[in-house]
Amino acid sequence: MNVEPGLFHFLVIGAVLFFIGIYGFLTRRNLITMLMSVELILNSVNINFIAFNKYLWPGTLDGSFFTVFIIAIAAAEAAVAIAIIINLFRSHQSINVEVAEEMKY
Amino acid sequence: MNGSTIVFYLLGLMSIVSAVLSVTSRQIFRSAIYLLFTLIGIAGLYFWMDYQFIAAVQIVVYVGGIAVLIIFSIFLTQQSGEQLPEVPVSRAVAGAIAVMSGLALVLVLMDRYGFSGLSDPGPAPSVAAIGEKMLDINGYALPFEVVSILLLAAMVGCIVIAMRKKSQV
Repeated sequence: MNVEPGLFHFLVIGAVLFFIGIYGFLTRRNLITMLMSVELILNSVNINFIAFNKYLWPGTLDGSFFTVFIIAIAAAEAAVAIAIIINLFRSHQSINVEVAEEMKY
Repeated sequence: MNGSTIVFYLLGLMSIVSAVLSVTSRQIFRSAIYLLFTLIGIAGLYFWMDYQFIAAVQIVVYVGGIAVLIIFSIFLTQQSGEQLPEVPVSRAVAGAIAVMSGLALVLVLMDRYGFSGLSDPGPAPSVAAIGEKMLDINGYALPFEVVSILLLAAMVGCIVIAMRKKSQV
C-alpha cells in the first residue's frame, strides 16, 4: 500500500463518507438528521468526481462541472426539504419520520 | 512522508471522524456542527488537489449556505437541550452490518480494479477555463440555464410550501 496520496486514497475517503451517510440515513428517525446524512452522501460523490477529474483526465473539465451542478442541485434540494420539514412541524409539532406516515394516504 | 502528505491525512481524518460523530451524536445541534467540520475538511481536500474554484464553491454554498440553513431549521423545530431518542440496538446493529458489508464490497472491488491514476497530474484547470466552458454553446451552456431555472423553481416552491395559509393565522 502506497503512503503517497493518490487517486486510491481519495476513492477510499469517498467510499467511507458515503457509507457513514448511509448509516446515518438508516438509523436516524429525525428528518433534519436524515437530511444531513443525504448531504454527506452527495459530498462523497463530489470527492470522487474531482479525484477522477484530477488523476485520470487532468486536461478536461467534466468532473468539475458535474461537481458544480451537484452542489447547485443539493442546495435546491436542501431548501425544499427544509420548507417541507417546517410545514410538517407546524401541523404535527414533530419532525419524526413516523409522523409523516399519513402522507401515504 | 512530507508536509503535503501529512496535511492530506489530517484533512481526511478530520472529515471522517467528524462525519462519524455527526451521524452518532444525540445532540442534534452538535451533530450539525460536526457536519460543518466535515464540509470544511472536504473543502480542504479540494484545496489540496488544487481545485480552488470547487473549494470556494463548497465553502460558499455548503458551509455558508446549507449548514446555516440546517442550523436555523433546528432552531425552528427543536426544543433546545432536548436529546434525540436513543437508537434501538437492533436497528443500529443492522445498519452497521449493512454498511460494513457494503464498504467491504466497495473496497475489495476498488482494490481488485487497481485504480492507478497518473502519479503526476498536470495543473488544475484555471477559473477562466471553467467560465469559458460554462458559457460555451458546445460546452455546458444548456445545463447552466436549466440549473438556473431549477433554482428559481426551488425558491418559489419553498416560499409557497413554507407560507402560512391565511386561515391558519
